[in-house]
Amino acid sequence: MTVRVSTLLIGLYAAMRYCAWRYPHYRDQLAERDLIAQIRVREDDSGRWYEVRAGRVRSRSGIHPNPDVTLSYETAAVAAQLLTPPIDWQQQIDCAKNFRMKVEGPDELVYRFMQLVFAVRRVGWRYGTELGEGVRRYTSMTNAGPCFVYVKDEKIVRITPIDLEAEDADPWAIEARGRRFQPPRKTTLAAHGLAWKSLVYSPDRLLYPLRRVDFDPNGERRPENRGKSDYVRIGWDEATDLVANEIRRVKTEHGPGAVLYNYPSHHSWGNVGYWTSALLRFFNAVGHTRVNHNPDSWEGWFWGAVHHWGNSMRLGAGEPYGTVADLLQEAELVVFWSSDPESTSGIYAGYEGTVRRTWLKELGIPTVHIDPYLNATAAYLGGKWIAPRPGSDTALALALAQVWIAEGLYDKGFVAARTTGFEVWKRYVMGEDDGVAKTPEWQQAETDVPARVVRALAREWGTKRTYLAAGGWGNGLGGACRGPTGVQWARAMVCLAAMQGLGRPGVNFGNLQWGTPVDTSFYFSGYGEGGFSGDLAATASSISLYQRMPHLPSVNPTMQQIPRTSLPEAIIEGKAEGFPRDARAIEGQFLGIRYPAPGHPRVRLFYRYGGSNIGTMPDSKRYIDMYRSRNLELVVNQSIWFEGETRFADVILPACTSFERWDVSEWCNSGGFALHSQTQLNHRMVVMQHKCIEPLGESKSDYRIFLELAQRLGLGMYYSEGMTELDWVQRMFESSDLPRRMSWKKFLRKGYYVVPPPPQRLRAPVAHRWFNEGRAKDVPEPSPLPSEYKRQYLEGLQTPSGKFEFECTTLKRYAPDDAERPPVLKYARSRESIESERAAGFPLQLITPHPRFSFHTEADGKGSFLNDIEDHRVRVGGRYYWVLRINPADAQPRGIRERTLVRVFNEQGAVICAARLTQCVRPGVVHGYESSARYEPLDEGERPTDRGGALNLLTPKKSQIARASAFGNSNCLVQVEAWAGIAEASAATAGANAAESAA
Amino acid sequence: MKKWNLVFDLALCTGCHNCVLAVKDEYVGNDFPDYSAAMPRHGHKWVDIRARERGRYPAVDIAYLFHACQHCDDAPCVAAARDGAVTKRDDGIVIIHPQRARDQRQILDACPYGAVHWNDELGLPQHWNFDAHLLDAGWREPRPVQACPTGALRVLKVEDDEMQRIARDEGLEPLLSSVPHRTRVHYRNLARHAAVFVAGTIVGSDGTLEACVAHARIRLTRGAETITSAVSDAYGDFRLDGLQPAAGSYRIEVSADHYQERALDFELDASCWLGEIRLDPRTSSSSSAR
Repeated sequence: MTVRVSTLLIGLYAAMRYCAWRYPHYRDQLAERDLIAQIRVREDDSGRWYEVRAGRVRSRSGIHPNPDVTLSYETAAVAAQLLTPPIDWQQQIDCAKNFRMKVEGPDELVYRFMQLVFAVRRVGWRYGTELGEGVRRYTSMTNAGPCFVYVKDEKIVRITPIDLEAEDADPWAIEARGRRFQPPRKTTLAAHGLAWKSLVYSPDRLLYPLRRVDFDPNGERRPENRGKSDYVRIGWDEATDLVANEIRRVKTEHGPGAVLYNYPSHHSWGNVGYWTSALLRFFNAVGHTRVNHNPDSWEGWFWGAVHHWGNSMRLGAGEPYGTVADLLQEAELVVFWSSDPESTSGIYAGYEGTVRRTWLKELGIPTVHIDPYLNATAAYLGGKWIAPRPGSDTALALALAQVWIAEGLYDKGFVAARTTGFEVWKRYVMGEDDGVAKTPEWQQAETDVPARVVRALAREWGTKRTYLAAGGWGNGLGGACRGPTGVQWARAMVCLAAMQGLGRPGVNFGNLQWGTPVDTSFYFSGYGEGGFSGDLAATASSISLYQRMPHLPSVNPTMQQIPRTSLPEAIIEGKAEGFPRDARAIEGQFLGIRYPAPGHPRVRLFYRYGGSNIGTMPDSKRYIDMYRSRNLELVVNQSIWFEGETRFADVILPACTSFERWDVSEWCNSGGFALHSQTQLNHRMVVMQHKCIEPLGESKSDYRIFLELAQRLGLGMYYSEGMTELDWVQRMFESSDLPRRMSWKKFLRKGYYVVPPPPQRLRAPVAHRWFNEGRAKDVPEPSPLPSEYKRQYLEGLQTPSGKFEFECTTLKRYAPDDAERPPVLKYARSRESIESERAAGFPLQLITPHPRFSFHTEADGKGSFLNDIEDHRVRVGGRYYWVLRINPADAQPRGIRERTLVRVFNEQGAVICAARLTQCVRPGVVHGYESSARYEPLDEGERPTDRGGALNLLTPKKSQIARASAFGNSNCLVQVEAWAGIAEASAATAGANAAESAA
Repeated sequence: MKKWNLVFDLALCTGCHNCVLAVKDEYVGNDFPDYSAAMPRHGHKWVDIRARERGRYPAVDIAYLFHACQHCDDAPCVAAARDGAVTKRDDGIVIIHPQRARDQRQILDACPYGAVHWNDELGLPQHWNFDAHLLDAGWREPRPVQACPTGALRVLKVEDDEMQRIARDEGLEPLLSSVPHRTRVHYRNLARHAAVFVAGTIVGSDGTLEACVAHARIRLTRGAETITSAVSDAYGDFRLDGLQPAAGSYRIEVSADHYQERALDFELDASCWLGEIRLDPRTSSSSSAR
């Protein structure tokens, strides 16, 4: 051993002794467990050992005869390199991969020793702001936006938005029409963010591990009782032993493919703790069958629009850049089509877009809102409300195109130079193919929108520079793309935009939600980049993060997949088919998925993260049947709350909230498929997610739960690299551009950094203008992939022709005769139309858009403050019911009065809701948000009756089109009747049972 | 002496309920001795946002009204309270004392705004006290204002004279003009809540097809008096807002180029949509020469 290494090892000993003397929490850490650790150099078999006993540490040079843990380096040179601070992670990882550095000993003890070493680095770290009187202010980040968290006596006192300080950068400003617009110096927090205190201290929090009383892993498992039986409290050791042993058993008996996990669409925020990070790393280490998640809020764009204009890496949604300024400066009209940004908040953007839409009002730019429901945005902005029947929008769109063609109101130059296939589509629109011109009069029978209104809109739109706001983002996400005819609708949106010369000044996609002039070059990783997962295949990590934050890669070697749209069928029937969400090329979606894959095992063990399926998945009774299937030998649920499907598990592992663990993130930064989603913000902001309080009860962070399972499988060091979450947070920080702007210590203390906006000259160009003007692509997105440019790199769109294709080459090649998705857009009536036969029994169309106040199932139910918002839930008889909105014209004949209970039902089941009578929903349509967190069955027969509000029990599971795995569940046919209450319902059930027995 | 005032602009409220939630967050689970006792987790909304829907499909309008303690200068609750349980501070804030007000239900009964809530468990009347504990600790604005994304809620700490000037300049009104308690919550665009509108859709023809009639002139009269007028938009829609609900007959007169004039009489007890108003072409000339 060289003198240098010897000195470093003595230095470590000295540092440990100093920390033990100086810091009580380091003493506590030493006292947790006795151990003997050996650090050695293999080339000359020299070393130094460290003995921790009774909270004290002592060390000697030499080789210990019986160490618990050995950390060895190939040579003294390697040891010197790796032990000299600051840590060079690239070298560290490289030496680990090449076995120049090795660890031996039980995982748990190795981790402990590594932590005694790493903790030496952390002892001086301070975080949060002291406010006096025992109150400390921390920062955190949520799906709803960033926040300050005030804590006193280990309890969260309040959660507020962040008001900026003098040293924080000013936001951008936009000059438009002689005025200057600049957002206020504050951040906004969406409603579900302000509810977080009630979620942390929810009566439904899971505070210790649970096992179903009648589940015995060594005996009777009784899967049929899932969702019925009670639970018994168990210790963490029992819980993690049970789960780890089952993972081992299933892998040994059947192979890793028999392990299945699944996560909700959204999870509490944070780059380290997010499902793309810790969960993915753990399950890649275990091996698993992957659930291929269909792009559930982008369906129409991904399976439809993408064939016309590419943008596959954005799941078919459009470029967002520069559109806020362009709209404010140039647009003369904004058409919101199934677009309600005031409700959907751009998913993660708080209410950042609201102030910008207030400017729209101030400038007097007229708006049109096309939606069967007078949504929150329409109500706020005013303007023309057009309410087509759900699912019929494409007929309306075709009629607009027909008027434009008939009256010459479209951009003929653009269509000639930048598009292909227009003549083919035109023949269909004008009726030259089928003898039916798609006139405003033709569409009226489908949409119930007066022909004259459509003609007037066509003329307004065709003569004014118009922004089309399609979906919640204005360029994708949510709305009609999630309905049974969503593929048609999204195709229609891009075809209309192309006819009007997409990209010319004032003509684009947008609703002021995306496209602010924030800095898009400053790098901080988004959650879609995979955190520390090391997964280069299923996340966007390989683009930037993996190079910037060297860490061990992870690979799931099992190629078997299950399409999420058919997950219950895959379990129950043992087979399923579908199409993948593969965004690399337009054609990626054509490659079928078949389960089981050849030679692969069927799934036996299901590890579920969260409890949202019953509220969010179509025909969600399927999930109840799935959970009760004998084919699942073990169901684990790792969840924060006891809600939704949590109670269908055999073992429940209680996770803590993001306020009870360390993490770091940037506000509204998804990365990956939603690159630069921070252009929804008025201030880009990187936020330290302080551990504000200790985990409640015995709950643990997701990171920690996976670590303890991994340790039992010998994977602890691979999973953790010996790190805590806070260590990973620091590595994430170091991997970003932030250290050049703010020191780690300041960031840790202050908790956030505001990225200044770029000067005017460096703002991103306006979306699609390069394409409109026939220039090389100049917006700051690294997509499509280089090989996807067909003629020349950066020239044209991703389509085979490089042009906007009214007639889609990719569809012609793949399935030219597909009547559901023909190469040119055609209208096909929705299966859930009131013209269908089923409408005789179920004459109302239920629309189930994304919720306004809660975020999927987050912040609903579970004692949330949101329960008190009467536009969210209504209290009737001491119980908070989900709201069903119904027009008085439909309510009165049914004897339904304001705030009375109603039974919403169809062939699939029934949901009890509280009625709100409103003129905001057109006659013939009823409205209730999707994503109830509660599932409270009154009976669970073939057709359950639920009074939790899980309206997805009623929505269809059928894919929008056969050659896709596309949810089409945002509207369906139902009937509604007044509901007299449980007594009557049970009498009716008893009657039915009696009738059945008699038969 | 500068005093606290709150201004709420109905035109800027999206109904996001952040003010409601911020107040729940502040008070649920938190006692602030001498200021307030904790708010029950559910049921109480010391600050509330109440939706007002006007009109009927397809002419509908939603306005939201901020509802909370008005911090009256002549507060009936102060008069009703015993033992100094309700006090008016020099800075204008009304405080219901969390101990002294116990069992004094008359404090709740005295409030003409329904802004005092009864805490069953504590036997205590409670209200939103302007987050006085925070303002006293140096906060510049109370939590509903901080949480408001649009500036629909605004806080002003000014002399009463100055506030009166601002109220005049901006057309601010008290919530209930019939109850003069000199309130400290001021409303802008209150007509969105209180007034009624009449809307309609003018339909004409274009050859054999039905057509929207844009630029039609609509005059609203009552007796001999012309109350207001409007011009129809591209869709033939018009809306006359800011009207007082009143008995007696209103009349609209519609005139448009190439069409015969038309008049309609109607009652206006609530906001209404008169439906499609069809105009006949002038007989003397062809109206379909668009």
